[in-house]
Amino acid sequence: MAANADLLSTTEVNLRELAEDVVKRAMKSGATAAEAIVRDGTEFSTVVRMGEVETLKEAGSRGMGLRVFVGKRVASTYSSDFSEDGISHLVNGALALAKVTSEDPFVALPDPSELGLIAGDLQLYSDDVYSLPPEQRIDYARRAEKAALDFDTRLKNSDGGSFDASTGRKVLANSLGFAGEYRRSYCGLSAAPIAQSENGSMQRDYWYTVARRLGKLESPEAVGHKAAQRTLRRLGARKISSTRVPIVFEQTVAGSILGNIFEAASGDSIYRQSSFLVGKLGQKVAGENVSVVDDGTIPGGFGTSPFDGEGVPTRRTVVIEKGVLQSYLLNTYTARKLGLKTTGNAARGLAGNPGIGSGNFFLNPGTSTPKQIIADIKRGLFVTEFLGFGVNLVTGDFSRGASGIWIENGELTFPVEEITVAGNLKDMLNNISEIGSDLEFRGSVACPTLRIDGMTIAGE
Amino acid sequence: MTQNQSLFFQKFGITQGDLEKYLSEALSAGGDYADLYFEYLTSTSITVDESLVKSASQGISAGCGIRVLSGERTGYAYTDDLAPEKILRAARTAALIASGPAQQSVQGFKESAAHQLYQVSTPSADADLAAKLELVMRADRAARAYDPRIVQVRAGYADELRQILVVGSDGTFATDVQPLARFSLMTIAKSGEISAKGQSGGGGRVSIDYFQTEKTPEFFAAEASRQALIQLGAREAPAGEMEVVLGPGWPGILLHEAIGHGLEADFNRKGTSAFAGLLGKRVASEKCTVVDNGTLPSRRGSINVDDEGSPTQNTVLIEKGILKGYLSDKLSSKLMRMPDTGNGRRESYEHIPMPRMTNTYMLAGEDSPEDIIRSVKRGVYAVNFGGGQVDITNGKFVFSASEAYLIENGQVTAPLRNCTLIGNGPDALTKVSMVGNDLQLDEGVGTCGKDGQSVPVGVGIPTIKLDRMTVGGTGN
Repeated sequence: MAANADLLSTTEVNLRELAEDVVKRAMKSGATAAEAIVRDGTEFSTVVRMGEVETLKEAGSRGMGLRVFVGKRVASTYSSDFSEDGISHLVNGALALAKVTSEDPFVALPDPSELGLIAGDLQLYSDDVYSLPPEQRIDYARRAEKAALDFDTRLKNSDGGSFDASTGRKVLANSLGFAGEYRRSYCGLSAAPIAQSENGSMQRDYWYTVARRLGKLESPEAVGHKAAQRTLRRLGARKISSTRVPIVFEQTVAGSILGNIFEAASGDSIYRQSSFLVGKLGQKVAGENVSVVDDGTIPGGFGTSPFDGEGVPTRRTVVIEKGVLQSYLLNTYTARKLGLKTTGNAARGLAGNPGIGSGNFFLNPGTSTPKQIIADIKRGLFVTEFLGFGVNLVTGDFSRGASGIWIENGELTFPVEEITVAGNLKDMLNNISEIGSDLEFRGSVACPTLRIDGMTIAGE
Repeated sequence: MTQNQSLFFQKFGITQGDLEKYLSEALSAGGDYADLYFEYLTSTSITVDESLVKSASQGISAGCGIRVLSGERTGYAYTDDLAPEKILRAARTAALIASGPAQQSVQGFKESAAHQLYQVSTPSADADLAAKLELVMRADRAARAYDPRIVQVRAGYADELRQILVVGSDGTFATDVQPLARFSLMTIAKSGEISAKGQSGGGGRVSIDYFQTEKTPEFFAAEASRQALIQLGAREAPAGEMEVVLGPGWPGILLHEAIGHGLEADFNRKGTSAFAGLLGKRVASEKCTVVDNGTLPSRRGSINVDDEGSPTQNTVLIEKGILKGYLSDKLSSKLMRMPDTGNGRRESYEHIPMPRMTNTYMLAGEDSPEDIIRSVKRGVYAVNFGGGQVDITNGKFVFSASEAYLIENGQVTAPLRNCTLIGNGPDALTKVSMVGNDLQLDEGVGTCGKDGQSVPVGVGIPTIKLDRMTVGGTGN
């Protein structure tokens, strides 16, 4: 397999000139404002299962998107066709579409004074993600799986070990003179072993490491061992009776709850009255121990970029400070709808209007270790996985499938499954009684271990 | 469609000789099989929000994915540039999975007889934009007129036309032009401090007239508004095990999560599914017969050929409670020495195909829905659902009810909120004690995710009663 992914990338085109050219052509064809995005990227992935290569995938791709404004009307088109024909189709199509959309007084590009980008190296790109020769990439995946399977004889099967790498370049240009670009790289390694108990029942779990540079990945062995431990601790899981006890959410699942808070605080949910946080700005929405921050500027972060999907510099926004809701997360449109200023959280795919995306979104860590949090609990549940999507952001209602480990007298005892944990996000935010010290980013949203009281477990 | 009419020959000038050349390149380092998947997808979407057409978007994506199979190994590469040198380069990349002498690809292809499942005069994608817009505006007006408590309406119309060409080194040759249209609607109802949401939608492989004559914007608007208003008065769902009655149609998502995924052949070939080794065994009560049928005309989950070029089929998964079959693609059928059921699907040319569901449903039984509800002393009646998820390996699955009611002494009473149901796939259906005579398929809204790939699917079920299932509420 070709070690150099550049082989498949589109180096022959200057993407920045292309984006600026598309904007110019849209303006010449009758747009009153325009914004173009051009992306290209490469990807590599391999899965090794039971010691043998299962898949090898390698490719490069590209695409562009155009948003045009005609007065107070807006429309968009996208294409992967960079030919002359493709570009004129893109431009003419967008302008034709803009004839059918409604006039909306809140539609606009950002104010020129809001445009810009963070200078300096944000450490988002390293070409070392492709530096391993092909055999070694496969070997990484193989080592992670092997470390997991060799850990214990009960680990007899596997969904494999994997290694992925990708790079991407993003260019944004608009008719107010903004043009910016950045590159990002990514690599990841995972293992997903399957354990079997004496009665034949199986459990699967996984672990992974991700980084923007290869040198920052955890070792395949560390990933394999952690995956093995996580899988083994689920063996023999059973259902418990319905009850109401303190629940400790492990980092991974706590991050999922925090992801719900992000959605609820995003400008789209707010102006559409689709969030339980509507109208709560300046009010207490959580316990005093809770502070939540969105920061798109952290060097090397998974949610970091020099500018957002509309060319506004990213920034640090305190969303909840000591329990009080301080800010929503906004792009230009939602800010104008709500009479506020953009927070640099515009997220732009190739198609459609910008949405809201997070920077690095996290809950401030506390001082207790997860072990200490568990040690304080006489009877409770340590939740390690969610299943399903039973969250209603309009009402805050929360009811999700879960599995985890029962806590008895401060100790983790037996594994639990086929239960649900339910409550309401409004109450859950106010009932966070402990926050772990273990904040760790494995993606753009991160949360330390949380203890939440007052939720219901449904089982037998 | 014959090959000469396919856009890949007309617009891109690809010839049969080119295809043979690409396949030879893909097999240049050996391997058992190679295929090419050409895709040209156009899509349109319109959204009305706050009675304004806020978004209109159109796009084109096109490319070619090249796969080489060598034993259990898969090599894959794709390109979004259909120039011959780019396709050849991708073929060489995919070829690197194998290491041996070059294999011969067949000379000449044979087109198998395909279904004609889309009775579409004008694909929705080619219909006038103004006509689509009018549909969405009608939905907005109808929802607002339904009740003054409906304070927010968001309606969307999205359609696509997917043109594919699949050729394989075994002589496989298939083309298809797959239309798909979907209407969706979300409403927010507000009464005092209480807010609630309602959702509806539907569509399929239909032309735009479907929304003008069969399922109108007013139909979807009434449904989403009705649900939101009901939720305004909903109370906490109970927590614990109890009798559960599922209404007909979309609650068939139970089958999708509880058994469908677990019966996909790849998981069973690898022994990672809770259903592995259960073929011929009882996995449901004898009232249950479940099929996956990709050949239903016009349905969202239906396709004439799958994404490996094989005609879709009607596959019996469970017959009178006994596990009869798996859903297979080419790779698993070869390695497991089982029939290929035409379930090899992929999200796009960027993705490796794998076994996926099409339309999964339970056949009708003999009980009347009224009798089923009357038989329940205290339980939950769930009629609409949001999403679901399953852990293939331990079999645990959940699905969340967006509209559910309490049943007390045989009567449907209070609406419930916050209600997730959880169960265990291999034994959930053994608790089915009554099956209604009212089989319905869903409206055409389902999208299934697996390994990061989304494909459109359908589900269906008659009213059924499960004697025991865990209801994940907060109340008593």
